[in-house]
Amino acid sequence: MKARLPTGGEIQRDQPLSFTFNGRALQGYAGDTLASALLANGIHRVNRSIKLHRPRGIIGRGPEEPNALLQIGMGAHSLADQRATQVPLQAGLTAQSVNGWPGLGFDVLAVFDRAAKLMPAGFYYKTFMGPTGWWERYERVIRPAAGMGKVPDGPDPDRYEKRYLHCSVLVVGGGVAGLTAALALGRSGVPVVLANEDTAFGGALRASRASLDGQPARSWVAGVVAELEAMAHVQLLAATSVFGHYDQHFLGAIQRFDGVDGESPIRERFWKIRCERLVLAGGAIERPIAFANNDRPGVMTASAVREYIERYAVLPGRSAVVFTNNDSAYATAYSLIDAGARVTLVDSRATPSPAAAQARAAGIHIHQGAQVDNTRGRLHIRSARIRRADGGHDTLDCDLLAVSGGWNPSVHLYSHARGELRWDDELASFVAGNDLAGVSAIGAMAGTFDTGDAMRDALAAADRIAQTLGHASAEITPPVVENAEPGPTRLEPLWLVAGTGPAFVDLQNDVKASDLKLALREGYRSIEHVKRYSVLGFGTDQGKLGNILGLGIVSELLASHPAEIGTTTYRPAWSPVTFGALVGGDTGALFDPVRVTPMHAWHVARGAVFEDVGQWKRARYYPRAGEDMDAAVARECLATRDGVGVLDYSTLGKIDIQGPDAVTLLERVYVNNWQKLAIGRCRYGLMLDENGMVLDDGVTARLGETHYLMTTSTGGAARVMAWLEQWLQTEWPDLDVSLTSVTDQWATVSLAGPHSRDLIRRLGTDIDLDADAFGFMSIRTGNVAGAPARVQRVSFTGELGFEISVPADYGAALLEAVFEAGEPFGVTPYGTEAMHVMRAEKGFIIVGQDTDGSISPLDLGMAAMVSARKDCIGRRSLARSELRRPDRPQWVGLLPDDPNQVIPEGAQIVGGDPVGHSGQTPMLGWVTSSYYAPRLGYAFALGFVNGGRDRQGDRLYAWDLETGPIPLTVTAPARYDLEGSRQNV
Amino acid sequence: MSTVPRPWRTDMLTIHCPWCGPRDETEFSYGGEADIARPAAPDGLSDAAWADYLFMRTNPKGWHCEQWNHAHGCRRWFKAERHTVTYEIRVTWPMHREQP
Ligand SMILES: [Zn+2]
Repeated sequence: MKARLPTGGEIQRDQPLSFTFNGRALQGYAGDTLASALLANGIHRVNRSIKLHRPRGIIGRGPEEPNALLQIGMGAHSLADQRATQVPLQAGLTAQSVNGWPGLGFDVLAVFDRAAKLMPAGFYYKTFMGPTGWWERYERVIRPAAGMGKVPDGPDPDRYEKRYLHCSVLVVGGGVAGLTAALALGRSGVPVVLANEDTAFGGALRASRASLDGQPARSWVAGVVAELEAMAHVQLLAATSVFGHYDQHFLGAIQRFDGVDGESPIRERFWKIRCERLVLAGGAIERPIAFANNDRPGVMTASAVREYIERYAVLPGRSAVVFTNNDSAYATAYSLIDAGARVTLVDSRATPSPAAAQARAAGIHIHQGAQVDNTRGRLHIRSARIRRADGGHDTLDCDLLAVSGGWNPSVHLYSHARGELRWDDELASFVAGNDLAGVSAIGAMAGTFDTGDAMRDALAAADRIAQTLGHASAEITPPVVENAEPGPTRLEPLWLVAGTGPAFVDLQNDVKASDLKLALREGYRSIEHVKRYSVLGFGTDQGKLGNILGLGIVSELLASHPAEIGTTTYRPAWSPVTFGALVGGDTGALFDPVRVTPMHAWHVARGAVFEDVGQWKRARYYPRAGEDMDAAVARECLATRDGVGVLDYSTLGKIDIQGPDAVTLLERVYVNNWQKLAIGRCRYGLMLDENGMVLDDGVTARLGETHYLMTTSTGGAARVMAWLEQWLQTEWPDLDVSLTSVTDQWATVSLAGPHSRDLIRRLGTDIDLDADAFGFMSIRTGNVAGAPARVQRVSFTGELGFEISVPADYGAALLEAVFEAGEPFGVTPYGTEAMHVMRAEKGFIIVGQDTDGSISPLDLGMAAMVSARKDCIGRRSLARSELRRPDRPQWVGLLPDDPNQVIPEGAQIVGGDPVGHSGQTPMLGWVTSSYYAPRLGYAFALGFVNGGRDRQGDRLYAWDLETGPIPLTVTAPARYDLEGSRQNV
Repeated sequence: MSTVPRPWRTDMLTIHCPWCGPRDETEFSYGGEADIARPAAPDGLSDAAWADYLFMRTNPKGWHCEQWNHAHGCRRWFKAERHTVTYEIRVTWPMHREQP
């Protein structure tokens, strides 16, 4: 490891780890990040840039990294676009560059760089605008060229979880400010959660040479962390990135275990955090300076260079140029020198600061008032050209260029919740304002870079919070801080150095200063528009390095103050969030509950094909060998007509209604009359919403004096229950009536066909089944096949029918008994498809298939059902002129000329010759249900036609894209056994 | 981490059900403006008066009296006063009681 220093750093030299990068076997240590391990092996260059395919190296040290986005792991475990600066090194880790074909050193697509002048900002918009539909073609070429990472080749095998977390105070950021605040709150007895994005707490202190009360910074951090860990009311979340701050103290965070805790069964945990008070201590990120060819491998931020030396014992270069416009980079120069590197300082400020004078006294060569205006080196920086204060040029050979253009407070989380950002002229950047209730921003994020000041701010904030929550101050005396690295003091803004060559502002998106100039030339002024035009800050790094730099350049070009240009609002996520974490365990079988009836195993054993109805699995048809759906459905329908068919009807919604006012409730929610329904009788009811549109339908039976059983459609059960509850609670609290959902308590077997009565007799029952004793639309209670049962004599198929309901646990046994007893009658199971076909032959609606929330009973031809005697929900709306319009869509039957042609459902109905001279024809209606009807012996459909009831006999067409016009005749909806002679026997 | 109960503010993301106490917003469903009384005799109303009941709401920018349902909890409806700009809910109370 040629760049590893012999001593120092936090790496565990007794734990070497092997890993590979682009197939090369390499070694690092526990405590390394992938980035520090690569640098230790002398590897800077890790990728090609996304648009111009320029060689790119590691530039940063954390979430700001725009270049080192690598493919980690293999196969289904593979993860795309992982920031090497945040990936903890693990034994056996495999990392791969995403861009660069056939290899990093020689990239065919680097021709884009030569052609850069031909691909300015807005290139994609302008070039790929049209013609319509062509984007899909361009995309096929652009995507692979643009290096978006590789999709894993299988479903994610890793586990994730979601958790809620409630706390009094959440502190985001475990640097000096966040640690101090958490310590003070903890000592005050306030329940605190401290989230830290890095695996190790301490923030900038981890790479600092400062001492606190005489202790090395890292020892001080270790002491504070140990104390916090010992507090029962404090929770530390390491390796946890708080990615979003939403309304009223709701925050989202991702805790990573991958590479952090080898024992963890989960890869990541998604925390949904609600806190009463929020302390934001997000720190700051050093920003670069735009100059020609500022993107070569070996150009890094000064603070990253220092962190690699101090924390990871990696020397990123032996011959360094440090280019700065403020004091903070001087600490980097000292770290480099102490690590054995040669250092030349280029300080753009005309007047030397005390830090410069000190460095000069220490023997460091400083070019005061000079600027780096270009670099050389094809695959790695070889030299930096500087323009001296006197205007002349020098060339400095180097293999590392450490740059500091100042620091940007990480105000993102403050901005997410619409907190105000304030421009700080000394920092030349935005700091968090002070306008969010219950939110305190402290430390560098609030513009306080001095370690001692940050601690004092943190203690003050913690005291205020403790007091408002009823706790005493922790009375902490801030430690004496010595030798702390300077912040960006005495900064003189420097955004763009004049020069020839591409000066990059946003490295991830290859946005150059010239692109911003172009945006302004094209007339864009708002920074929001400039950003969108140039795609500045639109990468996964969210412009952590480039946004403020771009703003500075634009303000300079427009000769106005940056605060007047305005910043964009930062939006979640602060750092990329994996879909796996957001989904958590809600995947596969756990994605949505699956409901099955007590007879489900029977259907499975009979080879049923299922369909989803809401959350229910319902048997759709039962194919025999060689049968397709049409054949199976036809057989099931005819077997029902000729013998007896059996349907599992358990999924139907069932609501038990009891109380003296039960009938009043029914009168108010159904369009028809219920006062005269006798005990033991049942009736079909139609329910509307207040706009007069059909909401649900079903049969309700009267079981006792004040006891009713309502059935609803399978899909509408929950909706109807909620609907009734809402009216009872909000509008009619005076009604003495109780509702209980009993859908799951009863299993229902529906028998249909001429032998259904005989079958129940063979099952054995104490209920008198004679037609005279048990008429159509009645309900009886008794025993069937030894089980307590309710038997309802109804018919949805048009055949003689009985629905036997038994307590759910008897369901499977009842179904078995039915098939045993039904043997002599050719008993046949039928599914929902045959049920749909048979009801259509009878002209019965299916709510949700034939209605869509815009259909009234008048449209359905069911006006006669609407009682004139009483009001009900939605009734007044039926009198509106719109609903009385004679040309409203009306429900009709549609008979195709070809008796075998099944019109596609959803087809539109048009009149006359649809291929007329204008090429247009008005739509007259649409098809809602369409089948081949086995009992009728021909195909027919149901649907809506404008004014359709008066158009019976009219010749129209159904229009389908694939089949073209289908000639048909408008008829009445009902076709089968219009006299009801088959069901009334 | 202790789980000392604290006096929760009633806010948008934690809603105080008058029956169950503070619960996550995802447990609730919204039921529109409160105190839209259903007319006693709809038949006697003009189309305009009926439309007023059906469609017209105050839609204020500011405090708004609303109906909420603890749908994934006790299933009770209650009233809440919510700010339509900040989403703050300053008070919740049972149906058919005076606003506290
Ligand atoms: Zn509740």
